[in-house]
Amino acid sequence: MSRFLEFILSHQDQILEQTVEHIGLTVVALAIAVFIGLPLGILLTRYKKLSPSVLGVTGVIQTIPSVALLGFLLPFVGIGVTPAIIALFLYALLPIVRNTFTGIEEVDESVKEAARGMGMSDLQVLRKVELPLAVPVIFAGIRTATVINVGVATLCALIASGGLGEFIFRGIALNNMNMILAGAIPAALLALFLDGLLSIMQKYIRRIIKPLLALACLLIFLIIPFWVVPSLFDHAFRAGFTAEFMERADGYPGFKRHYQISVDTVELDPGLMYNALKEKKVDVICGFSTDGRIKAYDFQVLRDDKHYFPPYHAAPLVRGETLRKYPILRDLFSQLAGKISDKKMAELNYRVDHDKEDPEKVAKDFLKSFYGGARGPRGAGNLLVKNYKSQNTNYKQIPNYNVQNYKPNGIHASMQYHSNSPSSPDSPHSPKFASLATGGMVKTKITIGSKNFTEQYILAHIFALLIENNSSLEVELKTGLAGTKICFDALVNGEIDLYPEYTGTGLLVLLDAEENTRDSILRDEQKVYDYVKAESKRRYDLYWLSPLGFNNTYALMMRGEQAKKLEIETISDLKKYIDQLYL
Amino acid sequence: MIEVTDLTKEFNGFTAVDHISFLVEKGETLILFGTSGCGKTTTLKMINRLIEPTTGGIRINGKDVREQNPEELRKGIGYVIQHIGLFPHYTVEQNIGIVPGLLEWDKPRIQTRTRELMEMVGLPPDEYLGRFPEELSGGQQQRVGLARALAADPPIVLLDEPFGALDLITRRELQKEFKNLENLLRKTMIMVTHDVFEAFDLGDRICLMDQGKIQQIGTAKDLLFSPSNECVRDFFQTNRFQLELQVFRLKDILPELPGEKFVPDNADIMEFEDSVCLGEVLESVEQPSLKKSMLKIRNSFDNSVIETHAEAVLSAFYRIKSSIMS
Repeated sequence: MSRFLEFILSHQDQILEQTVEHIGLTVVALAIAVFIGLPLGILLTRYKKLSPSVLGVTGVIQTIPSVALLGFLLPFVGIGVTPAIIALFLYALLPIVRNTFTGIEEVDESVKEAARGMGMSDLQVLRKVELPLAVPVIFAGIRTATVINVGVATLCALIASGGLGEFIFRGIALNNMNMILAGAIPAALLALFLDGLLSIMQKYIRRIIKPLLALACLLIFLIIPFWVVPSLFDHAFRAGFTAEFMERADGYPGFKRHYQISVDTVELDPGLMYNALKEKKVDVICGFSTDGRIKAYDFQVLRDDKHYFPPYHAAPLVRGETLRKYPILRDLFSQLAGKISDKKMAELNYRVDHDKEDPEKVAKDFLKSFYGGARGPRGAGNLLVKNYKSQNTNYKQIPNYNVQNYKPNGIHASMQYHSNSPSSPDSPHSPKFASLATGGMVKTKITIGSKNFTEQYILAHIFALLIENNSSLEVELKTGLAGTKICFDALVNGEIDLYPEYTGTGLLVLLDAEENTRDSILRDEQKVYDYVKAESKRRYDLYWLSPLGFNNTYALMMRGEQAKKLEIETISDLKKYIDQLYL
Repeated sequence: MIEVTDLTKEFNGFTAVDHISFLVEKGETLILFGTSGCGKTTTLKMINRLIEPTTGGIRINGKDVREQNPEELRKGIGYVIQHIGLFPHYTVEQNIGIVPGLLEWDKPRIQTRTRELMEMVGLPPDEYLGRFPEELSGGQQQRVGLARALAADPPIVLLDEPFGALDLITRRELQKEFKNLENLLRKTMIMVTHDVFEAFDLGDRICLMDQGKIQQIGTAKDLLFSPSNECVRDFFQTNRFQLELQVFRLKDILPELPGEKFVPDNADIMEFEDSVCLGEVLESVEQPSLKKSMLKIRNSFDNSVIETHAEAVLSAFYRIKSSIMS
């Protein structure tokens, strides 16, 4: 608690700034939504035939996940404040339009008839009767929209528009609860405050409607140009980094010192970052060296010529409890050790990111080719080969063996992995058989987690197939967990049994090693692995199994053609270019 | 004067009002009477253009309503509806002041007029001005509704079942007051109702409608004693006796009264104006002792007074009735 207060006090300037940004985003988007939604709702009451289609469209917009909407807007309006306001505006539209429509529709028919019968014009009926009587319903809509907007505005931090989401996402990325709370608590208070403010405004609406309208006009016509327009034209050269990279010790702060480089940065969602670079909204990003989109989008990876980025070797991270219960896991994963190269991983990622193949299919194909490559007498490898083969024929007979809900950018996608589904009772691996085979033990299930990017989805599927095909264990997938912290917490709490993790992340984020230890081992991949293996076991009873082979480290990348044009190949080249840009 | 010519209204192929024509003289009250769905409300709403006719025309004082701006037209026509439709967010005072406000009267004038109208409809202004509709009973609300319709003193008033939402006692009470409102005496009025007693009591003439067509237009007596067809006759069959007593006034039977002077010592003498209808007279005497109930009737023509008893009134009624029927 005291550490939280300490954090608040030491970051109060940032919190204040983010809160102001947050209010700005919310209020401006809301003002536009009211300006457009209110007349639209009124219009619908006059042309009722339009109402189902218009309300339908706004309803559909409401159901689009926020990150997906931001991603959809990216090619058109880029990143920053403009798309944030557009997204918030779209989310605020439905409650306002629908409540205006409903509020006016529900005014007592006899009151409207009396009003018209007395000689009021349509406009007078609207102004003196319908709107005043619909005020409570309309305000309920605006208040709903406000609360939605305060919530969604946190997500807008993912596209570099600022706001309290910056703290929240950095906090999640860094496993820093104080930082999360420093964003989440002001956001919650803000929602309550704005809601309360609106309820007060509702009481005095007749008196304050005119100044309010004037203020809204001012907001829309004065502030927006000042705010939005510069964001369209500014920034000669801009970097888009994820919240995680911006805050981690091995991320931007250290990078800046190591290379003595300084560049304009904006914060971006990891999923949107590549698109932002492709669409020329930013000029350099911090991607991952195995990302399939590097090839897909023709990006140039800048060589880390001063060896800044630490090693990030991927390996399965398993609960000790699980491993003791199912020692077979150790054998199974040892067969994967060193089998996936950087190139191989990038290729698998490319197939999902660019060719839009299903991660599960890619995983399956990989294991097939692996089997082909592993042909011949290889000791324990035979187990894998044999079982994999026999199981392989089963695939075709089980039509529901496919993954639904594949959402690369989804917040959370949980899927049951049922080769042994009850709908295929003939399968020798159905739960009944499994329990017989294990000597009448209760149903055994392994839960595999993954973070929310392509590589993790593929690895999770590879792990799942490997286990299912070579043991009687049943596998459940909980893929798409949003970030390292969530994944790690799920593992520690036993909600998942294992997930693919990277040694560098383990060292710097999960174990948060002391600076001295860290700096002494940071550039040596073996030392890093040994350290995280020993420390994870000691502190959390978690086991790092054999590394898979590839090193998915941070990598700066640019658009290929721009890099070529500017003759930038290494990070030092980039530094030279930027220094010269600011001279 | 309201002139309706060959008026027709169709809704999606259904003919609600079927080629009707009638004329309402200045100062006259015409009742549009019939069962629900007969087209009477549709007819009424075409007069102030809340519904536009399919064919046919309506002229008010010789001017076609369709050549006038509908809002301007409506400001000159009082309008009272069954569900009253008071503005729930306006006080009684604001509700009554709506039309004067639309006509841009100055504030003091609206205030004076509002108080005047509230006195008229029996709501003490000081007590009721600041109240909201939800704080009033149904009867009080319709009084406000009536005051609102009369606020700008329109020469024409349209009433759509104005007492329809009220309980029977309140309804009769309001009808009685309504009949005696001086403000309404000179008005040209069209009232829609399905209450036959209300129709007979308040209308100068009654327009009986059925299935969009006019079956007969005439005074209550015409409809009762010379129905134009079976349909009209059937309409009044159930309440015939009561209706007959209602359409005759003491004035109608005066020539038939013997004018006896005998006054028993212990009898209460009730006094009636000759404009009172027979039904009301008989309601106020005790049925078993018709002979003992003495009445004093003031002849409005020469101001003479006749004393008689209730039984004589009843037999005079029968004599008159049989003379009309034959």
